[in-house]
Amino acid sequence: MSEGVESSTWTGRVRDAGVAAFPPDRLLPDSQPVYVASWVYVFGVLTLAAFTVVLLSGAVIALAGPAWWHTSSLGHYVNSVHLWSTELFFFFMVVHLWGKFFMAAWRGRRAMTWITGAVSFLVSIATAFTGYLSQQNFDSQWIGGQAKDGLNASGIGAYFNVLNYGQMLLWHVLLLPLAVGLLIAGHILLVRRRGVVPPLPAEKEEQ
Amino acid sequence: MSAAEYPLAPNPAEEWRGKKRRYDLVKEAVIALVAVTGLTLVLAAVFSSPDVKPVTIAQWASADPQDFLATAVSELDGTSGVATYGPPYTHVPGAGQNIVGHFSLQRLVGVQLPIEPARAFVLGPLAIPAQTDPVLARAIVEYNRATPAERQAWDQAFAKAVDRGLVAGRLNLTPGNYGPVPTLMAGLLQMARSGGLDGALVSTDRFYQTNFTKALLFLSDGSYLENLASKQHLLGSQWGMMNETGNFPGQAWLWLYTFWYQISPFKSSDNADAQIWGIMGILSLAFILIPFIPGVRSIPKWIPIYKLIWRDYYRAASKANAPPTPSG
Amino acid sequence: MPLRGRGSTLLRMVEPTILGAVVDLNGSPRYVHQGWFLISYANLSVILLMIAVFALAIWLPFPGAQKDE
Repeated sequence: MSEGVESSTWTGRVRDAGVAAFPPDRLLPDSQPVYVASWVYVFGVLTLAAFTVVLLSGAVIALAGPAWWHTSSLGHYVNSVHLWSTELFFFFMVVHLWGKFFMAAWRGRRAMTWITGAVSFLVSIATAFTGYLSQQNFDSQWIGGQAKDGLNASGIGAYFNVLNYGQMLLWHVLLLPLAVGLLIAGHILLVRRRGVVPPLPAEKEEQ
Repeated sequence: MSAAEYPLAPNPAEEWRGKKRRYDLVKEAVIALVAVTGLTLVLAAVFSSPDVKPVTIAQWASADPQDFLATAVSELDGTSGVATYGPPYTHVPGAGQNIVGHFSLQRLVGVQLPIEPARAFVLGPLAIPAQTDPVLARAIVEYNRATPAERQAWDQAFAKAVDRGLVAGRLNLTPGNYGPVPTLMAGLLQMARSGGLDGALVSTDRFYQTNFTKALLFLSDGSYLENLASKQHLLGSQWGMMNETGNFPGQAWLWLYTFWYQISPFKSSDNADAQIWGIMGILSLAFILIPFIPGVRSIPKWIPIYKLIWRDYYRAASKANAPPTPSG
Repeated sequence: MPLRGRGSTLLRMVEPTILGAVVDLNGSPRYVHQGWFLISYANLSVILLMIAVFALAIWLPFPGAQKDE
């Protein structure tokens, strides 16, 4: 295949655009700018790791159905893994958010990186909320009964019915994790595309 | 170490051309995954997760028959939470929360999940035991044939009797005009205690069911569920949105959302939910758009935590950019 | 309206749901309550831990940070 010749197929054009935006050594670099040297930087990958455990534990629960964990001790343990990985997911995500805010990480055409991250946070809240509704216990009853008022007051409740178990389960297991996954993927690709934001200009006294 | 490798004011819009260091992203990700998995498995084993059993209508009717009957008769006489709610459940002129002024998204969207409380929660379910109970069947017919004014009079008389309380588990029906309502209510209480009402409120004319709207609305109209929630600090007035049952951590990230419900004017406002959703919608949008908001996007400069994060870089850059010492 | 039989009902609802937990986090929730400010011990612990972890993440030296390539 000769370089410099534009492909006339859709496949070729998608491939060329992908490779142009993410050449392999940008997609998976084995070096980073020297300023990437603080424990604050690991909270992004910790959030991703926690998200992975959330998905895996959720998948195990899905294998046996949403009622399994009420009658099986193994099921209850897997549910506990799902709960605590979610708590860690939010824990790491918030610390990551604090770090990125105080680094003003949106500088240098990185606004979309911030935006995808912020939207991921909000959609994750919705995902966790539908998770509570899927539990089939007292929590689900109470949270549904309370949340309906806020959602109804804003008109959303007429279509997103938190008391409709089947609807909430499908949003929790399929639609919202897919949305979060796509947002996280977009977020990470943007970080790779632009690189990690460099330090703010040094103050005069540091020069 | 040169000034080019350690620029003092790197342009964030340009690709980094300064010093790099070896950094193994895949190894870092694998270590993170192993560490987080291990930590999760330990937390799950040490603390487990809560599973407070759900409340059934049978349980409610047995534990608190007075509250059950008060709720049931309020569904009949149209004074219940659902009956007065408005959209998306019931057509009630003017009902619905206003976000600002008289503008209501709730009313704009309208009734999309229609429920007729008297039929949905009382008369419909009672049709099942009425098939084998002729006394109950006649009571239903009598109630349906009555005028709205007659029904209202019977319902309100019965509601007053329920308010007076039960004595040794029985209602004190002083002489009055109750019509067939005592028969209906006794039938419903018995059906509830047997578990039949739990099933009836979920069933439709189809075999498979996944929608618990009617059962949950009926439960929410009573006080039993709320009293249990109050013991667990789950009420709105208790910052409940942030909390979990027992001593489990809840949703600390919802602090700002639940905060508004604790302060005036929202804590006593009929439009609190709509107003707070409006406020949180605006704040969420602002959160997403921080890069574009003057002032907010400058906070990192005013609270210079960045100087701590990048202190090693600034030290190295300061050395690399120091003017050369004159040779002597 | 007084909660009828609340002790036994709560107990029945909660009872055999924790299997094998070392620390049982069920039971009466414990709260910090100052005026309108009300937060559970659990949530407060999580928030304080997040702040502590953030502070440590900034303060602790990162491996290789001082070395040149």
